[in-house]
Amino acid sequence: MENKIKVLVGKPGLDGHDRGAKIVAMALRDAGMEVIYTGLRQSPEEIVKAASQENVDIIGLSILSGAHLKLCERIKKLMKESDIEDIPVFVGGIIPAKDVKKLKEMGINDVFGPGVPLKEIVQKVKEAVK
Amino acid sequence: MFDKDELERIKKQRKKWEEKFVEPTIKKFPERKQKFETSSSHEIKKTYTPLDIEDLEYGNDLAFPGMPPYTRGVQPTMYRGKLWTMRQYAGFGTAEESNERFRYLMSQGQTGLSVAFDLPTQIGYDSDDSMAEGEVGRVGVAIDSLDDMETLFREIPLDKVSTSMTINSTAVVLLAMYIALAEKQGVSPDKLRGTIQNDILKEYVARGTYIFPPEPSMKIITDIFEYCSKNLPGFNTISISGYHIREAGANAVQEIAFTLADGIAYVEAAIDAGLDPNVFGKRLSFFFNAHNNFFEEIAKFRAARRLWAKIMKERFNVENNKALRLRFHTQTGGSTLTAQQPLNNIARVAYQALAAVLGGTQSLHTNSYDEALGLPTEESVTAALRTQQIIAYETGVADTADPLGGSYYIEKLTSDIEKKVMEYLSKIDDLGGMVKAIEKGFIQKEILNTAYEYQLNVEKQQEIVVGVNKFKTDEDTEKEILEFDPEVEDRQKKKLKSVKEKRDQSAVQKALEDLKTAAKKEDNIMPYVLDAVKNYATVGEISSALRDVFGEYNEAIIL
Amino acid sequence: MISEREVAKTLTLIERDPLKAKEIVSKYPERDYFVVGITGSPGSGKSTMTDKLAEMFAAEKDVAIIAVDPTSAFTGGAFLGDRIRMRRSSRRKNIFIRSMASRGAVGGLSPGIYDAVEFLGRVGYDIIFVETVGVGQSETDVVNLADLVLLILAPGSGDDVQMLKAGIMEIGDIYVVNKQDLDGSQKLLANIEATLKLSGIHRDVISTNSVTGENIDNLKKLIQSHLTVLSQTEKLKKNRKDRYRFNLLNTLFSIIRTRYKKTEDLEKIISFYANKEEEDNGSKEN
Repeated sequence: MENKIKVLVGKPGLDGHDRGAKIVAMALRDAGMEVIYTGLRQSPEEIVKAASQENVDIIGLSILSGAHLKLCERIKKLMKESDIEDIPVFVGGIIPAKDVKKLKEMGINDVFGPGVPLKEIVQKVKEAVK
Repeated sequence: MFDKDELERIKKQRKKWEEKFVEPTIKKFPERKQKFETSSSHEIKKTYTPLDIEDLEYGNDLAFPGMPPYTRGVQPTMYRGKLWTMRQYAGFGTAEESNERFRYLMSQGQTGLSVAFDLPTQIGYDSDDSMAEGEVGRVGVAIDSLDDMETLFREIPLDKVSTSMTINSTAVVLLAMYIALAEKQGVSPDKLRGTIQNDILKEYVARGTYIFPPEPSMKIITDIFEYCSKNLPGFNTISISGYHIREAGANAVQEIAFTLADGIAYVEAAIDAGLDPNVFGKRLSFFFNAHNNFFEEIAKFRAARRLWAKIMKERFNVENNKALRLRFHTQTGGSTLTAQQPLNNIARVAYQALAAVLGGTQSLHTNSYDEALGLPTEESVTAALRTQQIIAYETGVADTADPLGGSYYIEKLTSDIEKKVMEYLSKIDDLGGMVKAIEKGFIQKEILNTAYEYQLNVEKQQEIVVGVNKFKTDEDTEKEILEFDPEVEDRQKKKLKSVKEKRDQSAVQKALEDLKTAAKKEDNIMPYVLDAVKNYATVGEISSALRDVFGEYNEAIIL
Repeated sequence: MISEREVAKTLTLIERDPLKAKEIVSKYPERDYFVVGITGSPGSGKSTMTDKLAEMFAAEKDVAIIAVDPTSAFTGGAFLGDRIRMRRSSRRKNIFIRSMASRGAVGGLSPGIYDAVEFLGRVGYDIIFVETVGVGQSETDVVNLADLVLLILAPGSGDDVQMLKAGIMEIGDIYVVNKQDLDGSQKLLANIEATLKLSGIHRDVISTNSVTGENIDNLKKLIQSHLTVLSQTEKLKKNRKDRYRFNLLNTLFSIIRTRYKKTEDLEKIISFYANKEEEDNGSKEN
């Protein structure tokens, strides 16, 4: 009856720049989704636990500090251990082109750099969840 | 400022202009937009005349450079006497690499140092802490102990440079290290020149490197004010920042309003702690953003200066003219730079830097064109520095103070911005002051709403970003960027281990215990932190000790 | 106990289909458990309070938290931001936290929430905290859901006085004046006690500071004593029965509202009766 898309938006690591994450969270909400915003300074463990308990349809991570490879590696590993590795993961932030390849090899479904329109993000989330 | 009859004549002429010239032109060529607005939704008119500033009084509202209310600049001769300090923010990896970058920039003509610290250092975690994994040396230099500070400033005499440190929650630790290092170099504290950012309030709303809750954080800040008033009279003890607030999505008016509101909170806290604003007021400094709307930015800086002078005088009864002055550092707006067509950013930075200079900044950082891609390469940071040097030596704008003073548009904008800022300040007062406004989430909501609206406007093409939503090109996205050395974290951890092994463990323990006791008793913690760093206690250990006493701040989410 | 992952997945199914949900829940044997509703205006510190209490109870029992946030009437989306204030609880192994949107339910408590509570109780959680939206009708609706209701009030959150006046006084079993370190909390405490006295209602009132933890252990003891009384009488079982009946009604209404999304159908029914009434009145006047 009521199939709402549930999204987790969080910032792993120590990076404190949350303008992008908050705006994406607002856009997803305005597109009719239920957004669990976990805020700053999330450890990979906290993010995975939240994603599991909330049974989200997709995980959105925002990382601008350059620590994306280490953090995503840990998160994907924990997702496997918690039996949620089938949940798609999107990453947004400052990611150099060659790291995008590495992230996708890790199993990250999509990477969004600066300048991507919100409409596109919303669309891609809907597609990834189908 | 204008003769009444002259104003009448101008009024008549304006009417004639509108009816006989403008209307027929618009019929043939409609204007490009329905409404022309600044970032803070000021409507921009077709042109400005004396009628727009008829109430302006030169003596009271403008005065001369170096005279209150300092609208035209804080020094009498401005850049004719001394150019603004060219201070490029730098720091990454280990202290050795950063030291090399510092010495390079100074050899290229940079006149002051600006240190970027990594996130673990800023948030009080050592490089071997699990929270630090992946973050060591990334967004700035990793400093765990005095040993790293010694390496960072090797061959840099602290009595010959002015150093700005972008550090907030752990400012007390890094400043103590700087003082301890100076002592080792044989430089007495009163010779030290520089700034620590030390502005915790904006961390809660825009930057995120807070540790403790607001109350104890404010206490640490006033401890630093007090200690430096006595021992480091040449050091700026705070850089009240609007840069990050702007980057978080605020507009020009909000940037000034929230920054001055933070300033008011700090002055109140210092006065409550028994300090004299006539004294510490001289050592307050500010940090603003240089954004895209050229004229709005110039007007914004002028409005900030005029309003702060009024606030210090009327609200806090400050009599010392030097303590009325708003001196500021500027950085060009990082979030305006694009990953697409990065060379365009050189032009963006040039215009933003020019606005800062025309606005009378005391020091300036220009961003590198690869800002949106990663940390700057040596080539891009040099080009950024040259941008400043070209403005200083080739454009002639530095040869007179406040060249745009008297422009009808600039003066009108300056006054309008001042008015709107005052409305916000009043609202914040009603909420019980800045700390309460932050706890209630009012500031965060305002910033986020402006940011969201801006993003929606970009997507509706009402705001144009060249290369991103207009004038796009297909481009190869692989660009040369600064490679981050993955060995940094391991190297730093090894160094930390060896420092811990060599030091006197029991002296460190005692120093930390004494610090905790002093913090609980609400004594000035500075001397205790100084003692701890001299014994090579680490940033993480000192922060941990304070966390035990003060607790940690929990983010309040309001969307 | 089934795995946490199974719990999470099942909750999603329960949220999606209120009819199917009842089938799913009935597969598990009935069990005794407590539902503690935590309500109060935004800014009163509900989430921090829930976090602290959950953590304390988790020392002896398995705890679940359902944090409810409002669904936007315009977009249908929701921002679920309470979890972020429950970091301590979220770190404990035997605390399960789930955020749920009100999904347009009148009163903020959707059928899904009722079913979720029953499900969590049946699979082994002993205490289920439900933190409600805190605006409008949900304060009163929580009475139908919870065995025990905590009404959290804080000075300066704005509508404490309104609440007192609007007759919401009956809903709380325990009144908690939070943020006792702030100005106005003494006054608020006095106001509540006076209003209660005037109405002749007897309720427990306690003041706390959910940030420093002051007096929270007394609050815990108070809650514990209430729960003990409930389990000793037959009240607990009766509550569960009532809850189930109310859930069925709630589900029925929600189905009607969804099926009749086209308001034209409802409009037809309404105008039919409105016309009929006009006719009746008209004929009376003649």
